[in-house]
Order: sequence, then structure tokens, then C-alpha cells
Amino acid sequence: MRLEPIANPTLARRTLPPVLALAMTFAVAALLAMIAGGNPAAVFGEILKGAFGSKFAVLETLNRATPLIFTGLAVAVAFRAKLWNIGAEAQLYAGAVVTAVLGTGALGWPSPVLLPVIAVAAMLAGAFVLFVPAVLKTRFGVDEVVTTLLFNFIFLLFVSYLLEGPLKDPMGMGWPKSARLIPEARLPRIVEGLRLHWGFALALISAVAIWIVDARTTLGFEMRAVGQNAEAARFAGIPVTRVILKTALLSGGLAALAGYSEVAGLKGSLTLDLSPGYGYTGIVVAMLALLHPLGVVVAALFVAAIFVGADSMSRAVGVPTYLADIMLATALLLMVLAILLTKFRVRRD
Amino acid sequence: MTGAEPVQTVLRLSNITKRFGSLTANDAVSFHLDRGEVVALLGENGAGKTTLMNILFGQYTADEGEVELFGQTLPPGNPRAALDAGVGMVHQHFTLAGNLTVWENIVLGAQPLAAMSLRPGEVKARIRDLSARFHLKVDPDARVGRLTVGERQRVEILKALYRDARILILDEPTAVLTPQETDALFSTLREAIGMGLSIIFISHKLHEVMAISDRVLVLRHGKLVAERPTAETNREELAALMVGAEVTMPEITPSTPGAPRLSLRAVSTEGEGDKPGLDAVTMDLCAGQITGLAGVSGNGQAALSDLLSGLRAPISGDMTVAGEPISGWTPRTAIGHGIARIPEDRHHTGTIADFTLAENAILETYGSDFSRRGWMDWARVRSHAEELIATYDIRCPGPDVRIRLLSGGNMQKLILGRVLEWGPEIILANQPVRGLDIGAVNYVHGRLAEARDAGAAVLLISEDLDEIMRLSDVIHVISEGRLSPPFARGTMKPEDLGAWMAGHGFEEAAHAS
Amino acid sequence: MELLEILLSASFWAAAIRIASPLIFATMGELICERAGVLNLGIEGIMVAGAFAGWIAVWAGLPLWGGVAVALLTGMAFGLVHSILSVPFGLSQHVVGVGITLLATSLTFYTYRVVLPEVSSPPKIEAFQAFEIPILSQIPIVGPAFFAQTPLTYAAFVVVIVTALVLYRTPLGLAVRAAGENPSAVAAQGLSVTAIRMGAVIVGSGLMAVGGAFLTMSAFDSFFFDMVNGRGWICIALVVFGAWKPGKALLGAILFAAFDAFQIRLQQTPVGAVVPYQVFLMMPYFLSILALVAMSRRAEVPAALMVPFNKGER
Repeated sequence: MRLEPIANPTLARRTLPPVLALAMTFAVAALLAMIAGGNPAAVFGEILKGAFGSKFAVLETLNRATPLIFTGLAVAVAFRAKLWNIGAEAQLYAGAVVTAVLGTGALGWPSPVLLPVIAVAAMLAGAFVLFVPAVLKTRFGVDEVVTTLLFNFIFLLFVSYLLEGPLKDPMGMGWPKSARLIPEARLPRIVEGLRLHWGFALALISAVAIWIVDARTTLGFEMRAVGQNAEAARFAGIPVTRVILKTALLSGGLAALAGYSEVAGLKGSLTLDLSPGYGYTGIVVAMLALLHPLGVVVAALFVAAIFVGADSMSRAVGVPTYLADIMLATALLLMVLAILLTKFRVRRD
Repeated sequence: MTGAEPVQTVLRLSNITKRFGSLTANDAVSFHLDRGEVVALLGENGAGKTTLMNILFGQYTADEGEVELFGQTLPPGNPRAALDAGVGMVHQHFTLAGNLTVWENIVLGAQPLAAMSLRPGEVKARIRDLSARFHLKVDPDARVGRLTVGERQRVEILKALYRDARILILDEPTAVLTPQETDALFSTLREAIGMGLSIIFISHKLHEVMAISDRVLVLRHGKLVAERPTAETNREELAALMVGAEVTMPEITPSTPGAPRLSLRAVSTEGEGDKPGLDAVTMDLCAGQITGLAGVSGNGQAALSDLLSGLRAPISGDMTVAGEPISGWTPRTAIGHGIARIPEDRHHTGTIADFTLAENAILETYGSDFSRRGWMDWARVRSHAEELIATYDIRCPGPDVRIRLLSGGNMQKLILGRVLEWGPEIILANQPVRGLDIGAVNYVHGRLAEARDAGAAVLLISEDLDEIMRLSDVIHVISEGRLSPPFARGTMKPEDLGAWMAGHGFEEAAHAS
Repeated sequence: MELLEILLSASFWAAAIRIASPLIFATMGELICERAGVLNLGIEGIMVAGAFAGWIAVWAGLPLWGGVAVALLTGMAFGLVHSILSVPFGLSQHVVGVGITLLATSLTFYTYRVVLPEVSSPPKIEAFQAFEIPILSQIPIVGPAFFAQTPLTYAAFVVVIVTALVLYRTPLGLAVRAAGENPSAVAAQGLSVTAIRMGAVIVGSGLMAVGGAFLTMSAFDSFFFDMVNGRGWICIALVVFGAWKPGKALLGAILFAAFDAFQIRLQQTPVGAVVPYQVFLMMPYFLSILALVAMSRRAEVPAALMVPFNKGER
């Protein structure tokens, strides 16, 4: 078997494989739902209803999409420059920790000052958490996949320590959680009365900003060049190491905003189960979006809908919620294959 | 051997046709090879030589035609069939694993995979026996990664002999050898013929074809256009047959050199892996002069090229550009000092395959000429690309085409345009015509000569001695990172340069200075 | 000295070998994949799937070794999926590996919930028991440490020996090593790089799953959701630390496990009263990162690791 590049792919060639990949994902899910004793039509119906069936459901989906947009952007930015950041989870918690430290009364400033200050501090923390593996990569040639993965475990233990020690809420009745944020440190709701905070708007703004950086700035050009062919980029005089480090800072900062928006927006305090793997799911989001910043928004909404829908589906039909995780993993694998098939033809020879 | 042995045909290709989409790579090619004969397969890049060999070795299946080996029809598409029938191939890019020893490389694939043991003792004894019989000296226990290029080639030949090959195919075997090593190779091949082997010799070097072969086949655009007994043809005829027209090479007139633009004084650099660094190299690149760098590949050409490209800084010695000592030496500063760089590998170093032509055209200048305060000016990028396409005759659908879809020649024209348009003072051309067809070769050489006449100092690095001798006003030879004194145009014969390439003469030169 | 006492106790070394066992299986699996040129980041998820599959098979009535076989086959199935995507299609080994880990983990959890919908705590099985090898187990310290382990631990050591023998002493192993160094050398001999690499990934993934199964069938007797807990990623670091050589990787796994056993015991000393327990738990991960940094300059990486091979491509 041989892969042959297609010079000018037709419209069908460019659209059919991804559509088929999604269709197959749903087919796999249907099969698994049946094995678990669920009726596929009912299962998908309940997922749809759970994700979009009411005002509450839609808001829940948007809220769930918010951290995924941030981590999806973080991964997309990094992957475009071939910086394999699998550590968005740790960076997310770095942002969350800083938010909890600064937002629980350490700084008694008014909201308009406090919110941006905490956001920037959170981004710096996340940036630093990815900066270390990026330096190990550029300086010592240590594969960043393994180091960022290992940092996830280290950081979660660090958070666990903080929540049982210095950050422990004295009023928490022994639960490992931080004190609640002061009102000035909370992200307000976009519309009064609707359970959707400004974190979602910030996520959308970030996506557009990254898209502009990508398409219009020299940094975007450099990041793409380094990602596509670091050797040619270096030869052409592009400062490869510096670009990788800049990418790391940007990516880590974006992932940290997910933690910031969860703590300052949705939850109001830091807990150890703040993220059910948003960092890892960000990889799926980014891949489904073909690493495009605006695509990340769409993909994050899709992924959030499946998660939120699966929760209520599970309550209604009894098929385990892990069906959602299986769908996303399957979609990820089939989608990378589908993207390949939009550009290459399989030849037997 | 008694005189009246009947001629035996060992290999016969009949009507081989292979199409890739609209391209016909092999068009009804037929030929045969007799026992004890050397047939040269001559043709430009893309003439269809590689495809033909891939069909013989079952990597591709022919659309039409068949292959007959020792009277038996070869099953198509089976990579082992030709090997098992006794055909051995020495590829241009060696197929050796550097972390394995010589004997491991030789025995790889020669034993059934299900076997429980490699039987190292037996294998090594047989290798020693073969290396003695064919005068191919090599240590079976040496790690291949540590061998020289010439030694690696011997391992490749031993690999074929170990499998009892009766037909040997050599693809551009002399590209990496000194003239002396080439002579040694040729005597090994004659020895092999004496023992009843038959040889297909793939090359584009006419004098070698004339020296070793009994019969010459010329391929052009996938067709077999001529077959000549070597005794009845000459280099001029073969060149014309290969290209399809009388070859007119651009006239390169001698030049009058100006002041040194770039000077090295006892400059040393670090090596990389098994490649040597520079060893106290002294040279001047003068305005209006082409300096040729001859040498067997892997002797420090990469180190010199990396130095001039800004990829590597000297560890000792003095390097001055336009009289100024360099500092903080990076690709950026090299470009800033007016050095135009044409890299050895245009696919991986010179261009980014999935970037558009327009984007590739600004890789070196996006920061200074095509952006303002960090914002890209895409309109200018596009119009600039259109200018380059027109000025440098780049055949392509337009500025937005992905560079990977361009032919090697057009890719090289883009790189030329990218660096020549700003009138550079120094040009580094590392293997600028490798893999190009004659038309593109002449174009590139013409442009380099033009730049020289406009006053640029050109450094031409090539493994092709003919190219070096034709273009250069002055020649240095590099061997194990050491540089010979400069030789003026016409003062050295190929054999003299070959002696330097093999490392002779450096001690004497060191004593004299 | 208390610390010295720990280091000289037989129970400490017995624990170290027990902790090392799953790592040894999985590290050999990863090493085989990488020697053939494929980085297998599916390791973490495959270990989860193996842990579950072996355990549930025994719970359902299979004998213990039957459970091991089920784990092996489960791992091989995920290896097959990984290898199809990463070898003939040549997709990014990073993305495929992470995808396989997500898939294997979520499929495992899903199956668990489907098979055991109502349970609050997972059922226990009759796990592998320690088997004292006659005579050898009587040697002081060494005996109880090495020769009073479960059969699955002995199997781990056998796997190392077999891996080393196959890699260095057989034509097949030669082909695997060559495929990871210069695949065109393999292809030029008419051997299929695709088949060799796929085979290596499938076999390697099987071993990873057995490593997972060790946790549920030998170290413990039940399955918990986060029981693999990053061990797969640690094994990837161990392969680098072992410079892609089975013997050195084995040594690395034992050293690592000894350190782990040491920190567990250290927690119970006065030191453990002062230092938060999370610091001890972080140690293995920090150690892995340190190992990667230390070896980064020296190790001889297989030259074609993570480089897809596409026949006929320039």
C-alpha cells in the first residue's frame, strides 16, 4: 500500500472523508449503546435533548464549552508549531491556583482592576508551567510529550497539597477545597439572570485574537514555519528556539485561562475535581477543529454538547456516560485519518 | 574458460510500460543483459531509470510487459523474487542501518525470519572469504555508522555477493567516490565479471560509462531511445542522445577577481556526528570570482556550508566579511552581511513543502520587507511572488501553489530568485544542480556566472568534478576538514585533484607554509 | 540508621521487585515498539484496558493464566488499531497514541459500568499467590526479594530475557532493529517494513496490557479507575533511561521501583511526619523527568523513531 499526494483534491475528496469519519463515530456509539441495552435512537435523542433541549441545557452546554475553547486553543496553537503540549491539564490548574490565591482576599481591589490582573497572573503561571518542558525540549532535546504528561500528575498532587494545606478553606468542613472568591474577583454574568459568565465571551474573543495572530502577524507566520519544517525555518534565519518558547508561553497562558474562567466564573472556588480532563479533551477539540482557532469554537461546542447530553442521557436511559468519551476518542482517531485521506490517495502497489 | 561458450542471456525486459496518472514513466522498454557483460543505463533524472529498477525489484508492478530472469518469468510485484533469483542492487542512497555492524547489515534479510539464530560465526567467515576473493576490504565487526562512504559501498556490494548475486545493479555508484576509489571499484567489477557475473551500471557520467561498459542503453522521457556498443560511440553522441538535442552549455569565460569579500584565517569548527568539522581552514572568496570546492562528500563540505550559512560559528580562527570580523554569527547575521545561501537540500532545508510559493519566497525577508510592526503585508507578498515567477521563469500555476507540487528545477529557480534578487555580494551555492535536468542545470550555471560578472563572490560546492572544473576560476580541495591551497583555473588535471581528494599533499603543504 | 535498615531489609527489596514487575512488562512492550520505529503513547490506556480485561475475565470464571491471555489479546487488539493508523497510514504517532489512550481508557470504564452497573465497590478475585522457589528462596535477603514472588513476576523477567534474545540473536530481531534505524535497508531486502513495524506494535501493546493486568491480578486483587496512574508515561521515560536496551531498561525499572518502595517507607519515618505525603508521591514523576534530562545527551535514539516509512517516497 502506498500513499500518493493528490495535487488538486475535488470538493468531494475534501469533504467526504471527514463526514464519513463522523458518521462512523456515531455508528460505533450506536453499537456500543445497543450492547449496553440502550436503543440508539433513544440514546442520541436524549443526548440531543440534554444538550439543546431547553434554555438550561443550552446554557449548560455553553458553560461546558468555555474551558474547552481555551484548552482547545492552547493545544491548537502548540500543535501548529509541532510543540506537543499534552499538559494543558496542569496549565489549567496553574491558572486556577493563581485565581484562588489572588481572588480570595489577598488583593482587595475593585473588580475592573482585579479581574484583568488575576487573568494576566493566571496566564503567566500557565505559561511558566509549559515553559519548563519547552526549555527542556529546546535545550536538552527531551521529548515534551512525556514531560508535559508527567507534569500533569505532579501538578495535580501539588494542588492536592495546597487544598489540604495552605489553601484549605477553614469553613470547608474538612473537604479539600479553597475558600470562596470575594465578589470582586468573580466574573459577572453576561446577561443578568442567565447562568452564563463572561468567561465564555473571553473564550470567543481569544479564539478570534488567535486567528488574527495566525493569519496576519509575523509571529503567526513564524509559528507555522517552525511547525511545518523547523530545519528550513532555522536556515532561513527564523529564530526557531525563540519561536517555540513564545508558542509555549502563549499555549500555556491560554490553557491557564480555562482554570481562571472556571474558578472565577463558574465555580467560585478551587477543588481537586475542577477539571474532568479538560486538558486532554482539548486535544480532541483541537484535532477536530483541524487546529484552526475558529474551528476550535465549533468543535468545543460539539464536544461540550456530547458531554452534557451524555450526562442527561445516562440518567434517562441508563447507558454509561463514558459513551461520550468513547465517541470523542473515536472521532479523534477517525478524523486524523480522514484528514490524511483528503490529501492522499491510497494505492495498492 | 574455453573459448566457444554460447552467449547466455541472463535478464530480459520485454515491453515494460508503467504509468503514474498521466505520466508515462516507462514506455515499452525492452532490453537484455548477457552473462559476463556490463550494460550502462544512461539517462537524465526523471528519464525512468529508477522506475525500471523498481519494477525489476517488485516495488512497482508494470502495467504492461514482463521480466525474464535466467529464462524464468518473474512474478510481478514480489520484492523478493528478483533478490532470490540472484539480482543484487547497490542503491545510490545506501540502504544500511548505522547502528548495526557490517555483518549484521549483510545478513539482514538473507536468513529466514523464523530462524532461531543468526549464526554469526558462519556469517562472518563467509564475509571474510568473499572480501578476500573480491578485494573488498572491510571489518565484519565494525559498526556501519563509523565507516567511510567508500567502505559503506563495499558493504553494499558484499551484501549482494553474499546472496550469490549473479547480476549486479549499481545506481550512480561513483557519485561518492574519489577518482582513485572509482578505479578500485572498477577493478572489483572487472573481477566480478571474470567470475561470471553480469552488471547493469546506471550513471550519467559519460566518461565512466565509456570506461566500464560493453554496451550503452540511453533512456529519455521513459523511452529507450538508443542502444550502442560502447566501442562504436563517443561521449558527444551519448550526451546528445541523453538530452535529445545538441548540448549547448553556457560559455563561462575567465574573470578578473577583485578584493576578498569573505576571508577565513585558520578557522576551525566543530564536527557533527561522523561528519568532520573544519580544521584550520584558510581561504578568500573574492569579488567577481567563482571559487570551486572539490571533494568526496562528507569531508567537511557541510561544515563549510554551515559556517557560511550562519548555522555554525567558528571555534577558533578569524572570519571576516568585507573586512569586518564577524560576531554573533547566525543565519540572520549571515543574510545581513549579504550572503546569499543556496542550500544543499532544497526540499528540506531550502523550502517548506506545504507553504505556498509566495510564502517560501519571503522566508528570509518577511521581517524586514513584508511586514510592519509585526503585521504581515500579504498584498506585497503576493505581488513580489508574481515578479519572481516572471523574472526567474518559474513554471507554476501561480503564487498560491504549494511548493511541494513544483519540479526540482522550478523549486531551485525560486530559491535562486529569492537570494539573487537583492544583489548579494557573496553567494554560497551548495550542490546547486544536483538532481536537475540539463536545461535547469544550464539555467542555474548561467545565473551564477551572471552574478559573478556583476561582482559577486561565489563559492560553488559540488561532488561533480566536471562541474567544478568547468565553472570555477579557482579551486580548493577539501579532505577531512582540511583545505588545499587554491589552484587557478586550468592548472590541475582531474587526477591531481583526485590525489588531494584522497588526502595526499596536505602534509607537504603544511610543511611548506 | 533507619534509612540503612530500610535498604537492607528483604521486605523492602521484595516490594521493589513487586512494584517493578508491571513496569518491566510495559517497558519491554514500549521498547519493542520504539526499536521498530514507533513511539506508542497508547501505553497508558492499554495498561488500563489490560488491568481491567485480565481481572474481569478471571472474575467471570477463567483461570488466572487465562486472564493473562485475555489481557494480552486485549492489548494486541489496541496495538492493531494503533499500528494501522501509525504505520501504513503514517499518521502522527503523538496524536494516534494519545487517541488510543483515550479510547482504551473510556472503553474500559464504559465496559466496567455495563458489566457491573450496580456495584459500589469492585469485586475481588483470587489473585496470583507468591510462589517460593525451592532452595533459591532460602538465600538471605536475595531469596525473599527475588525468589518468593508471584509467577507473573517471574514471567516479567522471562520476558526481558526473551526480548533481548530475539532482538539481538535472531534474524527477526535484526529486522526489527533495522526497521527502527533505516527502514529502507529492510525494504531493500524485500522485507515488509509495514509488517515488521505493525507486528512490533501489536506484540509490544500486548506486553503493556499484561503489565496492566499485573496490577489487578498480582499486586492487588481488584480493579480501580485510576490504578495505572501514569505508570505508562513512566515506562516511556524508562525506555529512554535504558537507552533502548532491554537489560538497562530492566535495571532502570528496578532502580525506579526501589526508589518508589523507599519513599513509601520513608513516609512512615519521622521524615514523613514533616514533609507532606504529596511530595513523596511526586517523586516518581520528578525522577522520570530527571532521567529523561540526564540521558537526553547520551542515549542513542533509534534513527527512524517517529519517522513514517512510505515506500517509494523521496
